Amino acid sequence: MQTKRMTFTNNRWLPYLLLAPQVTITLIFFVWPASQALWQSMLRQDPFGLRTTFVWFRNFERLFADPHYLVSMKTTLIFSVSTTLLAMSVSLLFAVMVNRMIRSRDAYTTFLVWPYAVAPAVAGVLWWFIFNPSVGILPYMLRGIGIEWNHRLESSHAMILVVIAAAWKQISYNFLFFLAGLQSIPQSLIEAAAIDGASRSKRFWTIVFPLLSPTTFFLMVVNIVYAMFDTFGVIHATTAGGPAQATNILVYKVYRDGFIGNNLGSSAAQSVVLMGIVIVLTVVQFRWIERRVNY
Amino acid sequence: MVENDRWGIFLAHLILIVGVAIVVFPVYVALIASTHAPGTFLQGVMPLLPGSHAIENYSTVIFEGRSNAGAPPIGLMLWNSFVMAMMIAVGKIAISLLSAFAIVYFRFRFRIFFFWIIFITLMLPVEVRIVPTYQVVANLGMLNSYWGLSIPLIASATATFLFRQFFMTVPEEMLEAARVDGAGPLKFFKDILLPLSVTNIAAMFVIMFIYGWNQYLWPLLVTNDEAYYTVVMGIQRMVTGADSEPLWHLVMATVVLAALPPILVILFMQRLFVKGLTETEK
Repeated sequence: MQTKRMTFTNNRWLPYLLLAPQVTITLIFFVWPASQALWQSMLRQDPFGLRTTFVWFRNFERLFADPHYLVSMKTTLIFSVSTTLLAMSVSLLFAVMVNRMIRSRDAYTTFLVWPYAVAPAVAGVLWWFIFNPSVGILPYMLRGIGIEWNHRLESSHAMILVVIAAAWKQISYNFLFFLAGLQSIPQSLIEAAAIDGASRSKRFWTIVFPLLSPTTFFLMVVNIVYAMFDTFGVIHATTAGGPAQATNILVYKVYRDGFIGNNLGSSAAQSVVLMGIVIVLTVVQFRWIERRVNY
Repeated sequence: MVENDRWGIFLAHLILIVGVAIVVFPVYVALIASTHAPGTFLQGVMPLLPGSHAIENYSTVIFEGRSNAGAPPIGLMLWNSFVMAMMIAVGKIAISLLSAFAIVYFRFRFRIFFFWIIFITLMLPVEVRIVPTYQVVANLGMLNSYWGLSIPLIASATATFLFRQFFMTVPEEMLEAARVDGAGPLKFFKDILLPLSVTNIAAMFVIMFIYGWNQYLWPLLVTNDEAYYTVVMGIQRMVTGADSEPLWHLVMATVVLAALPPILVILFMQRLFVKGLTETEK
């Protein structure tokens, strides 16, 4: 890692002083809690909180033998894959369309970027209201085609609701990156293909889409991370994991087991599993960035 | 454009207009719902045209709140959100500028080690280590305070990286000239580096303000005193706090108020926002 060719010298303490605030906060609020989570994941408290015993990896063994946890993993998988697919395909469509515009490009962009500003919890409440079985608009329309919408009882309805709310908020982010990616594709390639007689859809699938793949891959990782970790608000403010655990994703389960169930050992073990997932995803992302540099 | 096909353009406009309509729809519904009287929602499906109770509803939520349902006046919660978002944005930018300056312009022992410590924070979101972080904040006596709300979220590597990248692009001659003129490191930082970074600081500010404003889980954990509730978490109290069906007209008025400030920030600073968003991810 490089510095400037010329640096300040004769300041023995100044660089440490400059770094102190950042490093202190990192140590107190990141490194220490993360190590605590590791430690606690190997402890078990008796039901009255009187005695704590060191149990090695038994919390993890229990966790992976717990059907609730496995169901929650599956739920998380379904939730994040659907959210990612929905958010990315819709925003790619928008980006491709906006990229064809010349004069109206900025106007459309303005209309499409602001959902980024809406908090996940607020997005959840908005869609929860629209889908509300008694006063919402969509259930009213769905009734017209014979679907009785009730996300309080129907697991699949609840899942659809949280996926839509989570994906809606993420559209603007993906849209901006896809648009930037599309604009960096040389127009000459597309023109050459057009001269050779490739149709519009053929040009898209054989030239534009492959050239866009670095952006797509990057967004895929970002979206999965978003769906797995940042959507706590969507779940908590609307379905609260229900009905019957149908939307109980891993992040929500950590919170529920730790703060409401007071099962610290299990919650810490779940935290450690999540940290592992985040680290794997980050490594994947950075390896990809390195690869792009060599392109 | 390669070829001039009018139908294609027409179709694209059509798709975009429908798309924009779908994207805007939820907020439109919230705006409409916040202007109706409570009775409207008892009669079945909600209307799609504005009602006449806007002023009444908004003044109720801003000044009175619903103390019986555990929701203080929104005015106070908006203020708390604002304080929290400002502290997070300003704090992050300040400590990141300092540490990026140290990493780029000095050579010292353990430089790489410190760089990695900061880098680690990029990886672990609050959500994955909530219980131990909560315990630390509780032990420090920072529950129910603005410090507890903001300081644990201030450490993040994103801003440090952005500023580091930017400092690397500042020409070497700047530093040489400053040193020839006898400027020390702090003077160089204050009079040369800071003025050059204004655009980057502003872009970072937009992103971080929105990040701070939209925090949900953290305020939920560290506050149980109504005086420190933030508006985004306050909505949840209004929805689930009462046993009966939520008072939709008031909930939606709150939703609009909670979503408005960050949306305005994005709309008015769109260029800075796009810059901040796309450059932090490089």
